[in-house]
Amino acid sequence: MSEVVKSGPGRRGWLKASLAGLGGLVVAGCDSLSNNRSVQKVLESAEGLTRRSQRILLTPGQLAPEFREADLSPMFKANGTVDPPDAAYRAHVATGFANWRLRVDGLVEHPMSLTLDDLKARTSRTQITRHDCVEGWSCIGKWKGAPLGALIRDAKLKPDAKYIVFHCMDSMGGDDSRYYESIALADVFHPQTLLAYEMNDAPLTVPHGAPVRLRVERYLGYKQAKYIERIEAVASLKDLHGGRGGYWPDRGYEWYGGI
Amino acid sequence: MTATNDANGTLAAMPDAVPDRIYRHSGLTRTTHWVNAISLFVLLLSGLNIFMAEPALFLGQYADFNHPALHIFAAHAGDGRLVGITEIFGQQIDTTGLLGVSNNAMGHPVSRAWPTWLTLPSYRDLSTARRWHFFFAWLLVLNGAAYLAWNTYVRHIQKDLWPTREDLREIPQSIIDHIKLKHPTGAAAIRYNVLQKLAYLAVILVLVPGMVLTGLTMSPGMDAAFPILPWAFGGRQTARTLHFVFAWSLVAFFVIHMVEMVLAGPVNELTSILTGWYRVPKGHDAAAPESASQGKVQ
Repeated sequence: MSEVVKSGPGRRGWLKASLAGLGGLVVAGCDSLSNNRSVQKVLESAEGLTRRSQRILLTPGQLAPEFREADLSPMFKANGTVDPPDAAYRAHVATGFANWRLRVDGLVEHPMSLTLDDLKARTSRTQITRHDCVEGWSCIGKWKGAPLGALIRDAKLKPDAKYIVFHCMDSMGGDDSRYYESIALADVFHPQTLLAYEMNDAPLTVPHGAPVRLRVERYLGYKQAKYIERIEAVASLKDLHGGRGGYWPDRGYEWYGGI
Repeated sequence: MTATNDANGTLAAMPDAVPDRIYRHSGLTRTTHWVNAISLFVLLLSGLNIFMAEPALFLGQYADFNHPALHIFAAHAGDGRLVGITEIFGQQIDTTGLLGVSNNAMGHPVSRAWPTWLTLPSYRDLSTARRWHFFFAWLLVLNGAAYLAWNTYVRHIQKDLWPTREDLREIPQSIIDHIKLKHPTGAAAIRYNVLQKLAYLAVILVLVPGMVLTGLTMSPGMDAAFPILPWAFGGRQTARTLHFVFAWSLVAFFVIHMVEMVLAGPVNELTSILTGWYRVPKGHDAAAPESASQGKVQ
């Protein structure tokens, strides 16, 4: 017996190995649960509860907290795509977005095609707000842009339009999939929802989504689509890309990004 | 739950008698205890996975990336070896193997804030971790609300958990009893001791509600609905830091809870939280801790 102990890893080693083995089984069990579609569906049911609860708690016009100039982050982190490699986008950067157009189409009575100057000529709103990344960090920035609600009113939604989709110019991770996001009409007509073209009193830079990005305060950073080229009114999100209304929602993140 | 007459038919006739068994935990308390335990377990592991997406903590409204309160990261040592570093208010500690750098499933050292066995899922996956976290957060909140509402209504919290003036005077003695690992017996074992009361109250009234409120403060939607939230906690980033501190305080409670359970008699303690019935430990009066000798069968 003692010989076995001497030649083997020892009792303590055996105990350690058993514990590690047991721990490994628990970890493997949790991982297989995480990958089980039925388990995922149950876990995802919490999103509906969160969305409905926050819709009840948040009146349509309730503003996200706004800050003073003194509260601005010394360094505003750029995340996700920071320099789109797409040839069409590179060409826009080279020409200072002179040929860039913002298309507004889909379920609207009056489709539009706007230049950057057209957008800047519209009534603007400026706000200092906190940008909350899904990763956990926050930065405070100053945004100037054209309220989306007024633009969509000009385009006049058809009765069956339920969502506004933002089509972006950046391809994610080399595949053919462009970034996109979508929001419900309640958020489209929120006073703080802007098509922002200025950040911290300067034209929007490439890392932050030049020439135009969305600001939909009260939501996480991945909802704030950058490099926008087209705004589409739709009745359903099912037919777009993965069918879940956004690049990250198609990859498991909540479409309702208020939490 | 307090002692009830149905534990011992003779109790009514002999008011001073100590019953053999008491019905200590109501069905609702037992159920909510276990739902709470499972929820906190999942919330901790999924929360640590979420933390890995930004393995640093900050104070204030925004993240001052150059001045983190805590930062867990990996760096290359002079010999090219990967080392895990935990930085707390600028002080760096080598935590290779546990924090910053630990072995992956293949046994290779990789850059991760926590080891694989501390996160759900074991691999880095923010979206899946968030799904686990928010589902069990709802469960924790609904479960906790049921516990608090019912046990306030039946006055369990007021009668059995809220310390009396006498309890508070016994704190020094109770600390000594705990250090000596002396556990009350007889009549004194029927009620909770003062440190136990304070620990349970801290969990149900401070730590778990604190977890929920600091968690809600991280939601931009909730901050718009209730701007008092980020104001009260000194900013979203401070709230995130407090969320982390409360979480590990609950882990500390759990460790003490387990140690006390084992010391007090694991079979009896587990039986009572599973069936409600608690066997009152017998002891000589002389052996009973002084602090508990005033204990009254309720």
